[in-house]
Amino acid sequence: MGSRPKLHYLNGRGRMESVRWLLAAAGVEFDEEFLETREQLQNLKNGNHLLFQQVPMVEMDGMKLVQTRSILHYIAEKHRLFGNNLKEKTLIDMYVEGILDLLEMIIMHPFSKPEDQPKEVVNMTEKAVSRYFPVFEKILKDHGQTFLVGNQLSLADVILLQTISALEEKTPNILSAFPHLQGFSKKISNVPTIKKFLEPGSKKKPPPDDAYVKNVYAIFAP
Amino acid sequence: MAGKPMLHYFNGRGRMESTRWLLAAAGVEFEEKFIETAEDLDKLRNDGSLMFQQVPMVEIDGLKLAQTRAILNYIASKYNLYGKDIKERALIDMYSEGVADLGEMVLLLSITPPGEKEAKIAQIKERTLNRYFPAFEKVLKSHGQDYLVGNKLSRADIHLVELLYYVEELDSSLIANFPLLKALKARVSSFPMVKKFLQPGSQRKPPLDEESLEKARKIFKLK
Repeated sequence: MGSRPKLHYLNGRGRMESVRWLLAAAGVEFDEEFLETREQLQNLKNGNHLLFQQVPMVEMDGMKLVQTRSILHYIAEKHRLFGNNLKEKTLIDMYVEGILDLLEMIIMHPFSKPEDQPKEVVNMTEKAVSRYFPVFEKILKDHGQTFLVGNQLSLADVILLQTISALEEKTPNILSAFPHLQGFSKKISNVPTIKKFLEPGSKKKPPPDDAYVKNVYAIFAP
Repeated sequence: MAGKPMLHYFNGRGRMESTRWLLAAAGVEFEEKFIETAEDLDKLRNDGSLMFQQVPMVEIDGLKLAQTRAILNYIASKYNLYGKDIKERALIDMYSEGVADLGEMVLLLSITPPGEKEAKIAQIKERTLNRYFPAFEKVLKSHGQDYLVGNKLSRADIHLVELLYYVEELDSSLIANFPLLKALKARVSSFPMVKKFLQPGSQRKPPLDEESLEKARKIFKLK
């Protein structure tokens, strides 16, 4: 089926990183067109390529998909990473939505005031270990399987691993009280497609730095 | 497992109202257990009923569903309001997410400090007129069909019509130059179950008044 997906976003993580993780996990090669100037963004808007004038946007299968969740759902369903029935899909949905709430804090973090950032790291770490990690620790403990849902890799495993990795960058021992999540993290990282994505030279983007933040403001500020 | 869905939330719109609309439009009767105090919320948490210690939560088909989108996705799938194939689902998702983005701005208005409210309202109006209404009007114009996707009612139409009512509450002139949106609103509003839901005495919730807002602040420990 046709050409490779093409991702339109900045050269950085932001809201597109989950899509990169998922495509990589699904073993799908993709291309990227990086937004570097306001003019490029304006061209995308003027050309009616962005349904709500926003990125992320992914060109795939003849569509111009926007809205992160829509993109993730489409890829997950297409590549059998969304469960085998409605009940599994619903569990995956619930888990992903919870994790995305946590990931949102990580995505927004670079844009808060520098003096607020240390406090925010404490806050997101606290939320992770008190609200989210215990849920997934228990799920893994209760069924004793490698993957969160249906004994096979799904969108939920990928997004959880992405979020754990991002949090570990700020708080290296964040999984210390969660042995099952530690095991999960190791095992999912060793899934061949994901292992490849975690190696240098992949399309995984580095943590956001000051240059990235400057770039975002330059391109998107009204 | 034939019982009616049971909705757990406070007695107000908040993040549960889109579920109420969707169930109503699907013709599904539902029950509600209102959280009145912080203690009520703690009890639900201590019972282990709330996956991430949050509401909305909907008991349906033996499941305790958390997370608004997961709830809506389940109901839409169950009642055939989610398209017939993966591509229709993608369109429905995109449109629903766009509606949710604007809906989120409206939702947060109720807890916006008075000094910032005017600016937020102006931003909502600007986005409505320049981003969201034109996008949906264009979709309807492009195929000339009665519904957003697949020539059939879907959750996208229901979410959009719900939003049109909120925008109308804010400023009834905003929809003036969007004839296809007006037509969609009228069409969906005329379905018997929606018509009933729009009448007084239904489970549809009114805008938050001061008293309800205070109650919600206490329950959710908002500043």
